[in-house]
Amino acid sequence: MSSNSNDEKIILEAKALEAWFGDFQAVKGINVHYFEKTINAIIGPSGCGKSTYLRCLNRIHEEIEGTKVMGEVLLEGKNIYDKSIDVVDVRKRIGMVFQKPNPFPTLSILENVVIGLRLQGINKRSTLLEIAESCLKKAALWEEVKDKLHSQGTSLSGGQQQRLCIARALAINPPVLLMDEPTSALDPIATAKIEELMNEIKRDYTVIIVTHNMQQAARISDYTSFFVYGKMVEHGLSSDIFTNPKEKQTEDYISGRFG
Amino acid sequence: MLKLKSKSQDALLFYILRLISILVIGLLLLIIYILFKSALPSIVRNGLSFILKSDWNPVEEQFGALPFIFGTLVTSVIALVLATPISIFIALFMCEYLPKSISRIVSLLVEMVAAIPSIVFGLWGIFYLAPFVKETLAPLLKNYFGYLPFFQGPSFGIGILTASLILAIMIVPTISSISRSIFELIPQHQKEAAYAMGSTKYEMVKLAIITPSISGISSAVVLGLGRALGETMAVTMLIGNSPSITKSIFAPAATMASVMANEYTDANTPMHIASLCYIALLLFIITFLSNLIAKTIVKKLSKT
Repeated sequence: MSSNSNDEKIILEAKALEAWFGDFQAVKGINVHYFEKTINAIIGPSGCGKSTYLRCLNRIHEEIEGTKVMGEVLLEGKNIYDKSIDVVDVRKRIGMVFQKPNPFPTLSILENVVIGLRLQGINKRSTLLEIAESCLKKAALWEEVKDKLHSQGTSLSGGQQQRLCIARALAINPPVLLMDEPTSALDPIATAKIEELMNEIKRDYTVIIVTHNMQQAARISDYTSFFVYGKMVEHGLSSDIFTNPKEKQTEDYISGRFG
Repeated sequence: MLKLKSKSQDALLFYILRLISILVIGLLLLIIYILFKSALPSIVRNGLSFILKSDWNPVEEQFGALPFIFGTLVTSVIALVLATPISIFIALFMCEYLPKSISRIVSLLVEMVAAIPSIVFGLWGIFYLAPFVKETLAPLLKNYFGYLPFFQGPSFGIGILTASLILAIMIVPTISSISRSIFELIPQHQKEAAYAMGSTKYEMVKLAIITPSISGISSAVVLGLGRALGETMAVTMLIGNSPSITKSIFAPAATMASVMANEYTDANTPMHIASLCYIALLLFIITFLSNLIAKTIVKKLSKT
């Protein structure tokens, strides 16, 4: 699972990234880069700013009233916070899966998957069906829903809904996929399925995942960052972080002495 | 020692609540009964053709309710067509575009419009809206849409259009404040789901706010319709009270509520009084039916 970083290409990079809710600073000066086609876990105690940080990476944080972001996030070298950049385009290139499964309640399973394509003006039925099938397969949901593509997305179980949301995010083919505790609302079997599919999609996508579950981070990720109070304490190969952390705080956290 | 269970308090509350409920339902039934009894002479004489007859001449004892049903439905429908989009836009603007602090003030102001007494709307209509319709709006509509029969004929300022406009203004707060509370129920994660798919704000509003709210908006519109159907004072002052059915929306007309308000004091023959009561009964049935239809629509829409 661990990969050597020397010949890999940097796809996403945060530079001096800071984020606020009103006067409260939730993210404090994050500098980090992510390599293409890797899984990157972010761990840390509750309220450490890891979700807020993740939400800055596709500019969804700014959709909440009274928030502010400073610093830079570079996608393939271009700052997504640059004034000339279209935020809509940023989100098409950096997909997101949320903590709570959130399929659109009025749309069918099929329409939930292809909605992002429709928003881009792709309406050809054969194209939509083709992409829907391949994305549902990538999300390991195809076999379970292929006979009921026209039932409502919300008729599925929680784990299925989350995989539907993953398929929906994959459908617009974003090079980077952000996942905000995608399995925290799911049972162990559904969690296992999602972890399995993350290993699959890693071949084509870069995944950045916030997780509460350290075992999960150790199981699936190539790199891990450890956050406390809005600061990144440590970032490195997961194999190093979990076996031989450099910082005392990291060691305390992963050994369960704090957090 | 365990205390013995005291039943009397619960039982008393139950009886009081039951009594109150029975009283309210009883009152409703009593109103229907009295209306029916007062209308009976007219029902016996005119039968159901009362609904379809279009002449209303109390002096010659000719009674037909069609002009009033026509006036009520036309003014209410025009008012709804005008007020619904405006109300939805206001609600969206308050929920999605204004900062919360300003939104609260705006929503308070919009709701204050609903608190303005009907007679004040009527006076404002006579002194401002009617001249505006006569001098500005009607010539403008005639200029652009004059080839349609609805926009032909002279405008005196008082008539269907003016009454519909005042009704529209009166129901905007109802529809917009209900729509706003429906939009506020949309969870943040649904909006973020739309944004994360690369939606523009407009696409997000369409996908995550309007589409899931259709059934709620329909019920808001129906509540607005209920208010428009029964609205009396302002309409009576602005519609011109002429029991006629015309194509032109500039022409004067009368509604079921306005004819009752206008004529009950002058009604001195039993048949005239009975016919007005018959109209009241019909208005009651129409509002009841529109509520029933609305509830079915809302049920159907919220299922899918």
